[in-house]
Amino acid sequence: MKRGWAKCLDIEQPLILGEQTEMSTIAPSPRLVKRADAKRKSWVPTLLIGITIVYLGLVLYIPAANVFYQAFKNGIGPFIENLTQPNFIQAVRLTVMLAAIAVPLNTIFGLCTAWALARRQFRGRSFMLSLIDLPFAISPVVAGLMLVLLYGRQGWFGDVLQSNNIRIIFAFPGMVLATMFVSMPFVAREVIPVLEEAGADQEEAAQTLGANGWQTFWRVTLPSIRWGLLYGLILTNARAMGEFGAVSVVSGNLSGKTQSLPLYVEEAYKQYETEAAYSAAVLLALLAVVTLVLKEIMERKTRIKEVE
Amino acid sequence: MTSAQGTPETVSKGNFLIRSLTQMPWTWRIMLGYLTVMLLLPTLAMFLRASTVGPAQFWSIATSPVALATYDITFTTSVIAALVNGIFGTLIAWVLVRYDFPFKRIIDASVDLPFALPTSVAGLTLATVYSDNGWIGSLVAPFGIKIAFTRLGVGIAMVFISLPFVIRTVQPVLAEMEKEVEEAAWSLGASSWQTFRRVVLPPLMPAILTGVALGFSRAVGEYGSIVIISSNTPFADLIAPVLIFQRLEQYDYAGATVIGVVLLLISLVMLLAINFLQAWGRRYETGLGKMPGH
Repeated sequence: MKRGWAKCLDIEQPLILGEQTEMSTIAPSPRLVKRADAKRKSWVPTLLIGITIVYLGLVLYIPAANVFYQAFKNGIGPFIENLTQPNFIQAVRLTVMLAAIAVPLNTIFGLCTAWALARRQFRGRSFMLSLIDLPFAISPVVAGLMLVLLYGRQGWFGDVLQSNNIRIIFAFPGMVLATMFVSMPFVAREVIPVLEEAGADQEEAAQTLGANGWQTFWRVTLPSIRWGLLYGLILTNARAMGEFGAVSVVSGNLSGKTQSLPLYVEEAYKQYETEAAYSAAVLLALLAVVTLVLKEIMERKTRIKEVE
Repeated sequence: MTSAQGTPETVSKGNFLIRSLTQMPWTWRIMLGYLTVMLLLPTLAMFLRASTVGPAQFWSIATSPVALATYDITFTTSVIAALVNGIFGTLIAWVLVRYDFPFKRIIDASVDLPFALPTSVAGLTLATVYSDNGWIGSLVAPFGIKIAFTRLGVGIAMVFISLPFVIRTVQPVLAEMEKEVEEAAWSLGASSWQTFRRVVLPPLMPAILTGVALGFSRAVGEYGSIVIISSNTPFADLIAPVLIFQRLEQYDYAGATVIGVVLLLISLVMLLAINFLQAWGRRYETGLGKMPGH
C-alpha cells in the first residue's frame, strides 16, 4: 500500500491514485487530509512511547524495582539485622573512606587540568583531552591489573615496597589508587566546557583591579564554575563509591578487611546470602538515586543560567 | 635532530624545553605529575611486562583457544548489544525530544541509572530478574530460553550498561534540528518513512555511531555486572575481562598481562574511532551552517 496522504499531494488527479490504494472510494479533500494527519499522529507517538516504556522497563525499571523488592520482601526486620552485621558496617566505612580520599584528590587534579587546558589553544591540546578521558576507555580489570604489575609483589616497585614493609596491593592503598584511577576524568570533563563558556574577561578585570591569583579564583572563577564543579564532584563520588572491577582486582576481597560495599554485594551473593546482598544493594541503589536527583538539579541550574 | 654538535635550531629547541619546564605554571605541573603517576606509569608497567614475555609466547597466549573464544564472545556480544541500543536508543531519544507524556522528566533522568548504579548491584539484580525463577526469566523459561548464566545474560548486562550512550549523544542533535526541514520534506511529497530516512537520519548518523562506539567500548571492558550474571564457563560465556581476573587469581601474570594488552590496544583504537566520529559530527554541524564547535 502507498503510505500516507503526503504521497497524494504531488499527484494531480487524486482519484486515479485513489484507485491504486486502499482509500479507493474517497477522494482526499483537505479536511480528510487533516483527519488522516491527526489519525497518524495519534497512533505513532503512542506506539513509540509504548516501545520506550517496555524497553526501559525490561532493562531498567524491573531490575531496579527488584532490588527494593528483594531487600524488603521479608519485612524491615531482617533488613535492619543485615545492616548491623560487623562485616557490612566495615564495608560501609571502607567505601566512605575510599570516596573521602579519592574525591578531593581527583577534584584538585580536575581543577588544575581544566584551568591548564580550557583557555589555551596549543598543538596537542586535543591529545591531552583524550588522554584525560583514557581511564573511561580502559576496562576496570585492566586498570587493576596495571596497578598489580606496578605495586604488586612481582611488580616494578614490588621489591622496594616489600623491603620497607609497605603493602599496597591486597590492601587499602591499592583500593584507593584503583578508585582514583577510574573516577579521575569526571571533574575535568565537567569543568572544562564551563570554563570555556565563561571566558576570561571577568578574571582579567579582577586582576586589573588588583586581585591576586588566589582572590581571582575564589571570588570570580569558582562562582562561575560552581555548578559544573559540583556536577563533576557528584559523578566522581558515585563512581568512587560504586566501583567494583578495578577495586576487586587489587583488594584481595578479604571480608571485614578489604571489602568495600560493592564487593560485599558480590561476595554475599556468591555465598548464597542473597538477603544480605540485597540489603547492601539497596544502599548503593539509593546512592544512585540520590546521584541522579542531584544531577537533575544541577542540570536545571545550568540550564537556567544559560537562559539568563 | 638530536645531534651532539647542536645546530642553532636544536640549541634554541633545548632552551625552549628547559624554559617551558622551569616556567611551567603549577597547574600544569600538578596535571602532568598526576597523569604520569596515575596513568602513564601503570600503562608503561603493563607494556614493559608484556615485552618481557617474548613475541612468540605473547602470540601463543594471545591466540590460545580459550583466549580466542573469549574475544569472540566479548566482541560479538558487545557489538550486538551496542547495535540494539543504537536502534532503541535513537527511538527513545526521538520520543524524549519530540513527544510530551506523563512522567517524561523522570523517565529522561532515569536513563542515566546505569552510569550511577554500581555494576555489582546491576549484575545482582539482572541475574535475579532474568534467572529461571525471576520475574522476567520465568516468563521465557517455559519456551526453553535461559537468560541468566548464559551468553544471552551477558548480552543483557551489556545492553544495560551501554544503554545511556546513544540516547545521550542523539538527544542534543535532535533537539537542535529544525522541524521546518521535515515539514518541507513532507510538503514536497515525501512519506513519513522517506522523511525519516532521507532528512532526519543523515544528520543524526554521526551522533548515533558515536553513541554505538561509546557503548561498544564500555561493553567490551565491562566486568562487574557480567561476572555475576554469567556462569563464566570457557567457550560458553566467559568474557575477556573475567579471563584476565581468573589468570591473576592463578598468579599467571604473563597470561593476564597479554590479554590485558590486547584489550587495552582495542580500547585505544576505539578511542581514536570515537574521536574521529565526533570530529565528523562537528563537520556536519558546520555543514548545516551552524557555529563550529570549540
